[in-house]
Amino acid sequence: MTALLRPIGIALGLLLSWQLVVWLTDAPRFILPGPLLVFDTLVSQFPLLMKHAGVTLIEILLGMLLGTGLGLISALSLITWSRLRRWLLPVLVISQAIPVFALAPVLMLWLGYGMTSKVAMATLIIYFPVTAACFDGLRQTPTGFLQLARTLGASRRALLLQIRLPAALPAFGSGLRVAASVAPIGAVVGEWVGSSTGLGYLMLNANARMQVDLMFAALLVLAVMALALYFSVNLVARRLTPWLDESTSSATRGNTP
Amino acid sequence: MDIRLEQASLHWQHHCVFSDLNLTLPSGQWTSILGQSGVGKSSLLQLLCGIADEADICGAIHCSDGQPLNGRVAWMAQQDLLLPWLSVLENVLLAARLQHGKVSPEQTEQARYLLSQVELADRANARPAQLSGGQRQRVALARTLFQDQPLVCMDEPFSALDAITRLKLQDLAAELLADRTVLMITHDPLEALRLSDSILVLQGSPARLSDPIIPVGQAPRAVHDEQVLQLQAQLLELLAGEAL
Repeated sequence: MTALLRPIGIALGLLLSWQLVVWLTDAPRFILPGPLLVFDTLVSQFPLLMKHAGVTLIEILLGMLLGTGLGLISALSLITWSRLRRWLLPVLVISQAIPVFALAPVLMLWLGYGMTSKVAMATLIIYFPVTAACFDGLRQTPTGFLQLARTLGASRRALLLQIRLPAALPAFGSGLRVAASVAPIGAVVGEWVGSSTGLGYLMLNANARMQVDLMFAALLVLAVMALALYFSVNLVARRLTPWLDESTSSATRGNTP
Repeated sequence: MDIRLEQASLHWQHHCVFSDLNLTLPSGQWTSILGQSGVGKSSLLQLLCGIADEADICGAIHCSDGQPLNGRVAWMAQQDLLLPWLSVLENVLLAARLQHGKVSPEQTEQARYLLSQVELADRANARPAQLSGGQRQRVALARTLFQDQPLVCMDEPFSALDAITRLKLQDLAAELLADRTVLMITHDPLEALRLSDSILVLQGSPARLSDPIIPVGQAPRAVHDEQVLQLQAQLLELLAGEAL
């Protein structure tokens, strides 16, 4: 019961202090709207918000699918071909020195103002953490398991698919959780740089028109969406690794691979 | 099938641990090698299992049937090495899963029978994490038996268990591995004396194998057996003499 009361208590406390700041500073509504006003806007503008949220959600989900898929394939290739590893690993690390945000304008230029460039942003921002997590997981198979598999006459393929891959699933789960928490950033930044739909566009547009209440409402929708995404991914990751006990795959420790 | 290892040598950091070592494993006999840590016992066993890639070890292996030994050894390690994502039954069937990708009904039947022999028939669908250390090592024993290879190599198989569980598992292993060719590496003179047909001590620098000590009587021998106790004292003195 307390487990349920605690988040509600935290939410109420935050809302109350927000309202207090509004009262105490007497901030005008175009600088800091109170929670009630934001809630009001959320209800009245709900169809508009949902329309844009849908676009952003599709961008995030497509980005996650592509990013984790490519990351997994890259990690598997890196572990399978040692020559590829020597060439590709430095390239991967160097590519991380370039902030993905800095690439956003170029991506717009190449891929247009539509959804493709945002999906590309989300994919790029996810790709490296997922690759790194999966690669580490695949590399750190206990040597005992590998030796045992060899005495059991396992082929290279069986070794990879039946020993290394399942042993790496917990690490893959961590990669998925990281992906779920950074994918919305990629999509929204993409929308900020240039777009005509999506929550990022709506926020920027509302801000420019001093509709700060709408901006906050959009922010709220985005936050709820990101949380829902994180918890569903967490659930999937736990389903993938049912042999791990609760303590090692809980939401709080999820991001530490 | 007799197995003979000839001219085995092991180097570690440019230092010769042993060289010119010869070892014969007679068919159907249980041979144990005793020795201190770092004397190369485990490397020797890994050489026979074909998994000694970390050690600088070489030697010629001859089987009396003229075929190579590679792929015909069942290995049982100190850790149970059960895969945590598979059930107990699937772990016993691991050899079939890895070689053919699928498991025939007869193999499942065989695995269930082996599990009943190690008294774990009712835990077939449990995950390894739900078992105790002794139970897990019994599953590992069932997995080793399932492989049904001409040579069984055991590397301190019971050393991670408490004393009572260890004795029970020794009895079980002696019963289930009777008439098989077994090589066991151990630190424990009592374990070797209870189970083996022949005991060799590997010690010295460079290390060499002692003459075999051959306890009489049927394995598993009782812990209070006069002969076992006497030989245990003798072996302990021999091993300690090296350390002191």
